[in-house]
Amino acid sequence: MRALAIIEQKPQEAGDALLTVDGLTSAYSRIQVLHGVSIQVSAGQLVALVGANGAGKTTLLRCISGVQPISSGSVLMQGKPITGASADARVRAGVCQVPEGRHVFAPMTIEDNLRMGTHTRPAAEIADGLEEVFTLFPALRERRHQPAGVLSGGQQQMVALGRALMGKPRLLLLDEPSMGLAPLVVADIFRIIRMLRDTGMTILLVEQNARAALSIADHAYVMESGRIALQGRGRDLLKNDEVRRAYLGM
Amino acid sequence: MLPELLQFILSGMTLGAMYMLSALGFSMIYNASGVINFAQGEFIMAGGMAASFLSAAGVPLPLACVAGVMIAGLVGGLVERLAVAPARDAAVASIIIITIGVSMILRGLTEILLGKRPYALPHFSGEAPLALRGATILPQSLWVLAAGALIVLGLSLFFGRTRIGKGMLATSYDRLAAQLVGVDVRRVLTLSFALSAAIGAVGGVVIAPISTVAYDTGMMLGLKGFVAATLGGLGSGPGAVFGGLFLGLIEALTAGYVSSAYKDAVPFILVFIVLVLRPQGLLGAKPTDRI
Repeated sequence: MRALAIIEQKPQEAGDALLTVDGLTSAYSRIQVLHGVSIQVSAGQLVALVGANGAGKTTLLRCISGVQPISSGSVLMQGKPITGASADARVRAGVCQVPEGRHVFAPMTIEDNLRMGTHTRPAAEIADGLEEVFTLFPALRERRHQPAGVLSGGQQQMVALGRALMGKPRLLLLDEPSMGLAPLVVADIFRIIRMLRDTGMTILLVEQNARAALSIADHAYVMESGRIALQGRGRDLLKNDEVRRAYLGM
Repeated sequence: MLPELLQFILSGMTLGAMYMLSALGFSMIYNASGVINFAQGEFIMAGGMAASFLSAAGVPLPLACVAGVMIAGLVGGLVERLAVAPARDAAVASIIIITIGVSMILRGLTEILLGKRPYALPHFSGEAPLALRGATILPQSLWVLAAGALIVLGLSLFFGRTRIGKGMLATSYDRLAAQLVGVDVRRVLTLSFALSAAIGAVGGVVIAPISTVAYDTGMMLGLKGFVAATLGGLGSGPGAVFGGLFLGLIEALTAGYVSSAYKDAVPFILVFIVLVLRPQGLLGAKPTDRI
């Protein structure tokens, strides 16, 4: 498979910390949701974040993207603090998120949705980016002029993922990409995620589908009530008795 | 066509173009923030007053008009920065109340600065009415219509072609997603207020020669603009255009055929009926459930 130019990552030393989250706390008004979360995502890794509903996974991603206030702690991208940076500054720093529930621009066409993904990028990249996303998701090419709101859930997920890829992410945040999708579509989405990982993209994946996430993750964190409860290699966690009982139903 | 009817239609269109500009401002801010900005009428008034004052003070007319629009735009941007942005996390209803307060302040400040007397601008191209199939139209009315058409054209280019325009549109569809693709939504909000104010002010400036402008003119223009925006479908651009022109026509026809005493009542009765029968407005999109 040809390498996707969309990823265009500078060769980074494997093991370099691309994203470092240190002692992060965050609250919705007075209810504290994150209690000192620390995680690290190394360049080129696929890191999974699993845990039950309400454990704080989505909040953590929102904090990393700058759309949720951080009470204390820090977020570093390639060693540089972005804790106080605005959401758009973080996108420019290469942090692109596919939010939970997809959030496509429903009245806009598929193509315009994808074009919006290049909001912070030079206009010259648009044509190539579109071509690459359409190569990745051929179903979108045929419907490029249809409003994204009429698409099926799986196709909307492809639009949302394509839109994030158009921003040339250095770090791709995926929040529950398989939520509410049919099993065949889920398999397809996971195939794409694996493929992106194989081309060298750094991904932080939040999933309730712990088995699928852990089996493709290089490293994984298990979150419980706003704290990191466990961490390790994806495969090791799959075998961990505690994880199997709590999240895999075994 | 009956000359009389044609006459009413012509004056209705002129009035309608004015309402349309007011309605576009309501819809733009509503789209960007979900807020109904009840200071919109004061933005219109500020533009008309500033231009009239400058013109009376000896500034050449074109310059005074441009300055009036820019001053109103600046006022709009400042209102967002100073009054609306600090309440960012407040409920939409609270922000709406803030805009009502702002409208009172703007009215009061104008009254203190420029007095209570009405101002007027000279007609841009003379006051000799043009005859049209038995009816007449003021050259200034043509200016109003042309300004309205140019603004609609300009806005469609702005939202269709420019990066920041598309960012505003995207923010109105899905604020979170817009933030996540890097749209600076705070800037979008400030811009929506500045732009709404400037657009309204264009209306205030071109209508000032016909109807004069005073510190309290904005209230009725704002309310009518709100009615027009709601009639067409709050948040819809074509809806604001349609709602504005429709409202102007209805008002002119009521004044002509029934009585001018009822012309101000008709819009409010109309909006009541439309909201009961078709809450999304005449051209508004049917609300759909988001998944």
